[in-house]
Amino acid sequence: MKKYIININGERKGITIDGDTPLLWVIRDELKLTGTKFGCGRGLCGACTIHIDGEETRSCITPIENVDGLKITTIEGLSKNTSHPLQKAWIAEDVPQCGYCQSGQIMTAAALLSRNPDPDEDDVNSAMRMNICRCGTYNRIRKGIIRAAKEMKDV
Amino acid sequence: MSKKVVINRRDFIKSISAAGTGLAIGFYLPFKNKLQAEVYKKTVDFVPNIWVNVSSGNQVTLTVAESEMGQGVWTSLPMIIAEEMELDWTKVKVVQAPVDENYFGNFNMGTGGSASVRTSWEKLRNAGAVAKDMLLEAAASELSVAKNECIADKGYIIHQLSGKKLSYGELTQKAASIEIPSSVNLKDPNKFSIIGTDLLRTDTLLKVNGTAQYAMDLDLPGMIYASIVRCPYFGGNIKTINDTDARNVDGILDIFKIETGIAVVGESTWAMLQGRKKLKITWDRGSNKYPDNESIYELFKKRSRKRGAKGRNEGNVKKALKNADRVIDAVYDVPFQAHATMEPMNCVADFQPDNCQVWAPTQSPKNAQKRVSEMTGFPMDKVKINVTFLGGGFGRRAFNDFVDEGVEVSMKLKKPVKLIWTREDDMQHDFYRPASRHLLKAGLMNDGQSLAWSHSVVAPSILFGQMFKYPIPFKDKLDVVALAGAKEIAYEIPNIRVDYKSANTDIPIGWWRSVYDSQNAYANECFIDELAHTLKTDPVEYRLRLLKKSSRHTTVLKRAAQKSGWGKHLNNNHYQGVSCHASFGTYVAQVAEVSVDNEGNVHVHRVVCALDCGQAVSPINIRAQMEGSIVYGLSATLNGEITIENGAVKQSNFHDFQVLRMDQMPTIDVHIIKSSEPPSGVGEPGLPPIAPAVANAVFSATGKRIRKLPIKAEDFLA
Repeated sequence: MKKYIININGERKGITIDGDTPLLWVIRDELKLTGTKFGCGRGLCGACTIHIDGEETRSCITPIENVDGLKITTIEGLSKNTSHPLQKAWIAEDVPQCGYCQSGQIMTAAALLSRNPDPDEDDVNSAMRMNICRCGTYNRIRKGIIRAAKEMKDV
Repeated sequence: MSKKVVINRRDFIKSISAAGTGLAIGFYLPFKNKLQAEVYKKTVDFVPNIWVNVSSGNQVTLTVAESEMGQGVWTSLPMIIAEEMELDWTKVKVVQAPVDENYFGNFNMGTGGSASVRTSWEKLRNAGAVAKDMLLEAAASELSVAKNECIADKGYIIHQLSGKKLSYGELTQKAASIEIPSSVNLKDPNKFSIIGTDLLRTDTLLKVNGTAQYAMDLDLPGMIYASIVRCPYFGGNIKTINDTDARNVDGILDIFKIETGIAVVGESTWAMLQGRKKLKITWDRGSNKYPDNESIYELFKKRSRKRGAKGRNEGNVKKALKNADRVIDAVYDVPFQAHATMEPMNCVADFQPDNCQVWAPTQSPKNAQKRVSEMTGFPMDKVKINVTFLGGGFGRRAFNDFVDEGVEVSMKLKKPVKLIWTREDDMQHDFYRPASRHLLKAGLMNDGQSLAWSHSVVAPSILFGQMFKYPIPFKDKLDVVALAGAKEIAYEIPNIRVDYKSANTDIPIGWWRSVYDSQNAYANECFIDELAHTLKTDPVEYRLRLLKKSSRHTTVLKRAAQKSGWGKHLNNNHYQGVSCHASFGTYVAQVAEVSVDNEGNVHVHRVVCALDCGQAVSPINIRAQMEGSIVYGLSATLNGEITIENGAVKQSNFHDFQVLRMDQMPTIDVHIIKSSEPPSGVGEPGLPPIAPAVANAVFSATGKRIRKLPIKAEDFLA
């Protein structure tokens, strides 16, 4: 057990825990931020995607000892009042069905848009292909990303 | 035209609070008025029925009894009430129904079979209409005017002559004193302003900011975490357990045997998972007679030669095949499939000395309640089942094995428990979509006549297999459910025989989005394509010729053909395939446009889907359900399958059970046929046509018939 300091959604938190504990379980069980989901435990489905220093990261395979002191953002910290253009686009395009994968989808898409504000379809496909949705919302996700990109450009 | 319906008043109840500030109406379920009166005596609102609650503060809350698993019941069902009740949709609040006999009586509350909208349609319309009628009556009385001079509009009753208006909230007390009407008028569908419009889902906000609550997200004070190590070998058991190392892991609280395996319990999820890894278990593999795909297919082959139980028998197939100029036959094989819901199985169970509460992503909460009552010995009213959002269902969550496990662990430790399945648990201990083998035979005449059709379905039975020990006699060894979509084949062929050959194994099987329809449609629609090609007839033309009496099939088929540009020249080595299948009351035709690259990879570029589901309640959601069914079906057509090796499932996670990802995603165009028939299912009917549409397109592209799913590159090398 060791004490780790993480900066999560703009707040500094100290957690005493085993260093090999995946960030996913720290976020969910210790910090009670449950918007980040457990899907596969092996970095294969993307449901647990968060940002570490702005980059999309699979929290289920990222030990806390690797992120000591780094800046972490979860779906809860993505925006105030659900105002991120992606969240608004998700609502406008009626994207989610069961919704379980959507936090991860949005976090991956947000990282994509911050490094590539004008992605084409191939960019979207290659960024999003590691996020699984079993309800089959992919086309609406793609539309949502393009819509959000447009909104961000227009601002 | 508006429609007058007679109301059975005994089916409805209404109430008002002791404080006299609100009104509620309860209705339509086979339960006693006395009981209802008890329930509603305590309420403070106008509750014209269990679905509708209007508070004096003018908040309208609509209750949904079906489980929201992505299929959109939190939107489509409230829309039906809101339409008839003339509500302001933007102000409607939606809540999940309690699992309570006092509310629902014998109504089983199960979600499945694409049934939610079609079975709720009439009763929810009546409920909304009754509520509106009472509010009109109340307003007329309050304003001392004639009822027929009043109209209901967006949450207000308006007296047209004077322009006076009262909100529903202002009328709750008066409305509660009004008798339930003996008849009401339902709206003229031409005047619908909510039904048939693209209203956005009511649950999206919660699902884009992380606040939607799944059972997996629940946190109770003092809660501990558990998972179960199950025997990987079907029919096997535990031989020895050595848990010394596991117990030494920090945070491990207990390890013990339960009904389905070994429970490992920890202070946190991670501690529990770490302890689990250190558990040393040897397994007795049991005596599974069919421990691998090879032996299962041997069984299917053996059963193929046996006489089947007749599901349909018209004319004389044997004679017709003898008289036919040509006899064509083919065998199709379909594998086991996993559900792989994004949220693995889980629940939170809290066993207390005199009650038990469970939070579960379940499709059958009433069954869960009954089972937990049996397990704990508590009466039903001391067992509370909270239905959370489901992170996918697809039929898997009709089975409540994960609820039993959570409750068993909580009973033993007398603490609230979060029971979690890992992805590996989920994939290796599913209730799989059955594998099956399909023997097709047809007799054709040189002049183009189709004389005979024979389809034998060889498959394990869900209803009469190892899952349900129903005391229903297995009549003539016939499982009609396994013949879904095979028996009902609509093609007008004078001699038709469809039979079922049971082939049960030890592999647990269950419902899966459209289940047997997915398998039977694949066989039907590929084989009919084979016949069309044999007769050198266009596959759309051939189908239309055999569907003269089936106008709804014909309409969707023509629409899909027209919208896909069927028969026109396609660029870039793209080829089309067509299919048409009706299930759950809905008629669907699809045209898939594919290309096959040099490595034998199949790329699906576009799917055009035309459907007739009767009155379209929520078109935007119907399109979503078609898209979702197509994606789920494409995964099973192009990617994943479950195979059995050494008595266990070989696949364990998303690396070896591949599902469709965004880069494989085709464009999907959905065309909904306008209809005034009552609504039929939409959750599943989009799935069965996709595999044959793709397989038929692959034939057009390569000249190879795909007679085994999923399609693999090696299919083109042979």
